Amino acid sequence: METVQENSITLPPATLPHLHNRTPLWTVRGRINKRLYQLIALASFLLLLGLWWGISASGVVDPLFLPGPGAVAQCFVSWLFDQDLLNDTGISLYRVFAGFGLSAVMAVPLGLYIGAYQPVRAFFEPLMEFSRYLPAVAFIPLVMLWAGIGEGSKISLIWIGTFFQMVLMISDNVSRVPLSQIEAARTLGATNTEVVHKVLLRSAMPAIFDTLRLTLGFAWTYLVVAEMVAANSGLGYAILQAQRFLQTERIFVGIIVIGVIGLVTDQTLRWVHRKLFPWAKQ
Amino acid sequence: MSTLFVSHLSKRFDAFEALRDIDLTLQTGEFVALVGASGCGKSTLLRIIGGLETRSTGRLEVDGKPIAGPGHDRAMVFQDYSLYPWLTVAQNVRFCRGLKIYSKNQSSSEIDDSIRRSNLLIDLMGLTRVRDARPNQLSGGMRQRVAIARALMAQPDFLLMDEPFGALDTQTREVMHDLVLHVKATERSAFLFVTHDVEEAVYLADRVIVLAPNPGRVDSVWPIDLPARHQSLKMTPEFLHIKREITDRIRATSGMYSDLAALQALSGGA
Repeated sequence: METVQENSITLPPATLPHLHNRTPLWTVRGRINKRLYQLIALASFLLLLGLWWGISASGVVDPLFLPGPGAVAQCFVSWLFDQDLLNDTGISLYRVFAGFGLSAVMAVPLGLYIGAYQPVRAFFEPLMEFSRYLPAVAFIPLVMLWAGIGEGSKISLIWIGTFFQMVLMISDNVSRVPLSQIEAARTLGATNTEVVHKVLLRSAMPAIFDTLRLTLGFAWTYLVVAEMVAANSGLGYAILQAQRFLQTERIFVGIIVIGVIGLVTDQTLRWVHRKLFPWAKQ
Repeated sequence: MSTLFVSHLSKRFDAFEALRDIDLTLQTGEFVALVGASGCGKSTLLRIIGGLETRSTGRLEVDGKPIAGPGHDRAMVFQDYSLYPWLTVAQNVRFCRGLKIYSKNQSSSEIDDSIRRSNLLIDLMGLTRVRDARPNQLSGGMRQRVAIARALMAQPDFLLMDEPFGALDTQTREVMHDLVLHVKATERSAFLFVTHDVEEAVYLADRVIVLAPNPGRVDSVWPIDLPARHQSLKMTPEFLHIKREITDRIRATSGMYSDLAALQALSGGA
């Protein structure tokens, strides 16, 4: 007995990893494994769904105000097969990506040069800060006056809603490139143009990509606003139509479809980020 | 043979006089260390020579030509490595070869030469095994080897090093010291090395310059005349003697002193 006890005491702690090496779940900035993370994420969606189902099934709320998941699913199927959900989604996607793309194509170079050169910053940054606070939605009458009620007005509104934010965020991404990376390039003989393209842009690329991912979310908000005011197609338009005819479940479908598209694009972009910039920590 | 010539150089940041009347000459083959208490302007002086800061007054020339900005004749190594995380080790080392200044009028034999040189530097720095790794996969010591190789790739006349080993642990530093001495023996650059570590300065340099603060100025110059460097040299009486002398000098210029007895008296009296 004595020897056995002694042996068990001299065992290195490494033989009991499951007892000692597990990080507690509630450590600040602690890490949990991927599976557990996914499980918790799934639980939040299931809980929301369960809550929704529970409330609508209990009958305390009129289905006109809160249709059940079943009714919404039914509406989704009929909208998808008998009506033109894909068409509405397609046109909305087109508008979002056109407006967002236009913003990005303009904001990336401008933000890069604001972050690189102080005179450019002095000229544009206060202007952008001012424009950022102009409520995009208040531009709707002007946009309709200038761009008519065609695709141009929707794309313009999304541009107004995203461009100024994007420029400022990208210039900030570029400003955060460590000075020593710039100085090292200069002492190796790099010209200003080379520093901008070979150091600033490359170094800030992962952060710029993240900025684009975040601002894509803003684009959806302004899309729905634009489609509710001035459109005769698209998910936002469909939601507004449904409100007129009190088709609450259709409103739910529209909102959920937008949410799912957002979630899927966001996750896809995160994945692309990891593939494109394996050196960058997220 | 290149000569860096600094004469009556001063630097002001508004009301703060960072450097006053600095004289310094550095020639190919030399290794000069700048030491001094914090605030003595040793890093500022190095950055002015590197062209990253402007001087207020004075002359600053390389082979008779005034220095107006940074240039690949004066490559710099920084304390925080400043590597490009999106490039591999080999790509970081070759970074300067992608710049216009090197790519114009380049014949294929020159390109071959540059590839051979980068491979040589990667070997010299002991980076062969990690040449395709990215900087974030490397330890601090390995990162600084990449930064030194990248600077040497530009074939600088002067290699300016700003506390390059300040963030490394003692054992890694010793390895890096011998590596730098080996580089000095094989490359034809002059070295200007800023550090706060007197032992490091004495071990590496042919000449140690002590700067005094408020305002930053040359306090004293110490020629180091020691036999061939070897780690055990650090324990010899000659080495320790000069280390002590320089350390005392820095202490005298810093205006700071520590007095354990006074501290103990203070806490005893409370």
